[in-house]
Amino acid sequence: MPSQEFIRLALIAGTPIALASGAIGYFIVLRSQVFAGETLSHVAFTGAIAAAAAGIDLRFGLFAATVAVALLLAALGDRAMSDDVAIGTILAWILGLGVFFLDLFNHSSSGGNGITAARTLFGSIFGLSSQDAKVAAVVSAILMLAILLIARPLLLATIDPRVAAARGVPVAALGTGFLVLVGIDAALTTQVVGALLMLGLIAVPAGAAHRLTANAYLALTLSSTFALASLWLGILLAYEIPTLPPSTAIVGIAASIYALAFIITAGHSRRLLPKVDVQPRLGSTARNVQ
Amino acid sequence: MNPSLTWNLVSDVRQLFVYPFMVNALEAGTIVAVLAAVTGWFVVLRRQTFAAHALSVMSFPGASAAALAGIALPIGYFAACTAAALAIAAGSRTQHRRNPAQESAVIATVEVVGFALGFLFLSLYGGVLESLESLLFGSFLGITSTQVLSLLGIALVTLALFGVAGRPLLASSIDDLMARARGVPVRLLEVSFLVVLGCAVGATAQITGVLLVFALLVAPAAAAQELTSRIGLGLALSVTIALLVIWVALGLAYYTNYSVGFYVSSIAFAVYLAARLRRRFWHRDPRGINIETATVAA
Repeated sequence: MPSQEFIRLALIAGTPIALASGAIGYFIVLRSQVFAGETLSHVAFTGAIAAAAAGIDLRFGLFAATVAVALLLAALGDRAMSDDVAIGTILAWILGLGVFFLDLFNHSSSGGNGITAARTLFGSIFGLSSQDAKVAAVVSAILMLAILLIARPLLLATIDPRVAAARGVPVAALGTGFLVLVGIDAALTTQVVGALLMLGLIAVPAGAAHRLTANAYLALTLSSTFALASLWLGILLAYEIPTLPPSTAIVGIAASIYALAFIITAGHSRRLLPKVDVQPRLGSTARNVQ
Repeated sequence: MNPSLTWNLVSDVRQLFVYPFMVNALEAGTIVAVLAAVTGWFVVLRRQTFAAHALSVMSFPGASAAALAGIALPIGYFAACTAAALAIAAGSRTQHRRNPAQESAVIATVEVVGFALGFLFLSLYGGVLESLESLLFGSFLGITSTQVLSLLGIALVTLALFGVAGRPLLASSIDDLMARARGVPVRLLEVSFLVVLGCAVGATAQITGVLLVFALLVAPAAAAQELTSRIGLGLALSVTIALLVIWVALGLAYYTNYSVGFYVSSIAFAVYLAARLRRRFWHRDPRGINIETATVAA
């Protein structure tokens, strides 16, 4: 099976993307910012359509749009955490803009838009070019490195922003920087599994890891492992069963892992915040209360 | 058909009502605006916009499953929405408490599974992606009068439910613990709110598109809650804003080449932004729902 060129490219591009998405996803879940992540994936859709309408390189549109909106989301959120109501209105507007560009594209050129739309919505991991694979591998390696570099302060800033601030951690700047990383990851993942299923690689493995362990570093590792397992098994499954779209297979595996984690932890009572060596825990849950 | 805008507003408005499809669209838009504004007010109050978004797209797997199985479409999406609402309600609590991290993770899981299944059913059914596009973005100008009637039915049932359960729902949204202490069945309310929300939004989205419902659901209610902390006034404002947004958007879409969804979401976003900026620069006091008056009212 790896002898097939499209499978080889899918694995080359998919492996680093899955690892990076799993790691970033854990922080997204921990910070309850999944909705922001989802919005960024829709931005990737709108960005791609806009780029197609303007006739510029698709990838440039994707990255520019997601980073810009990541900055906007960070500016609107309080204390660099997310504000789901603001995100909701932005999401609706982004989708509206997507429709606008789709219309524009329809007027400027005939046909082809359905394919662009379908590609950005559902991705095509079996249709990557070798250049796509290279870009994906390089960018996600950089992402992975960046997330590992900021992991410790980000963890502290997430679990207890006040203590982190008192210790001199730049909480707001970290939050903004993190959202930008999510934006870049969204742009990248969208090309592989599509805008609609991006969360399948980002939030679902991370959600399972978050359920299973309160140890943050173990959870990070688990999350990346689950994402990778979902991708590999999904590709294998989709290869064996031709009627099964690869995106569906990947998400199916990820969701099964989440369901297993749900069943395993169902009866247990345990703390769901990771332990960090911080003594005062004042206010750590205050932000969870609306 | 080639309508053009003139300086005569009266004749412009009269032109809007010339074609039956436009009358249907205006009627449907009005019903959806009222329904979405009231439902959305509770969604915004409970900070459940992500759940609302996930539930609104559940009509996609529901409809494609029904198409594949050869059963009636409404059965498909009501089943899908109910299942999704139950899954979200089950997964978002750990140790009887809302856990924001797990809540967002489980909502995302439900949503992607919905999309993945929908995509699978669609490819098994052999349908084209056209139907997905029209589901997401709506084909608002092709609404029949039968669909208007069914929208009206959905809206009336949902609003009646809010009439019955509105007060306890409000109490539990504002102060979960207090409501529980007073004997309000908080958990039951939470689950039923999600189910009703999912069914109402999903059924509406089937006709008008997910985008349109979601834009009308969140932005007007969020703007209203930025503007006032009073409950009755807030609900009225939310409905008024939603109605204005949909009417202006339909009018603009009629006279130009671009779709209703774009106008609705852009105008709604502009209104929300204006309300937010007004609070920021005019009234520096942080507003939210006034907890004392709300609990007394409940």
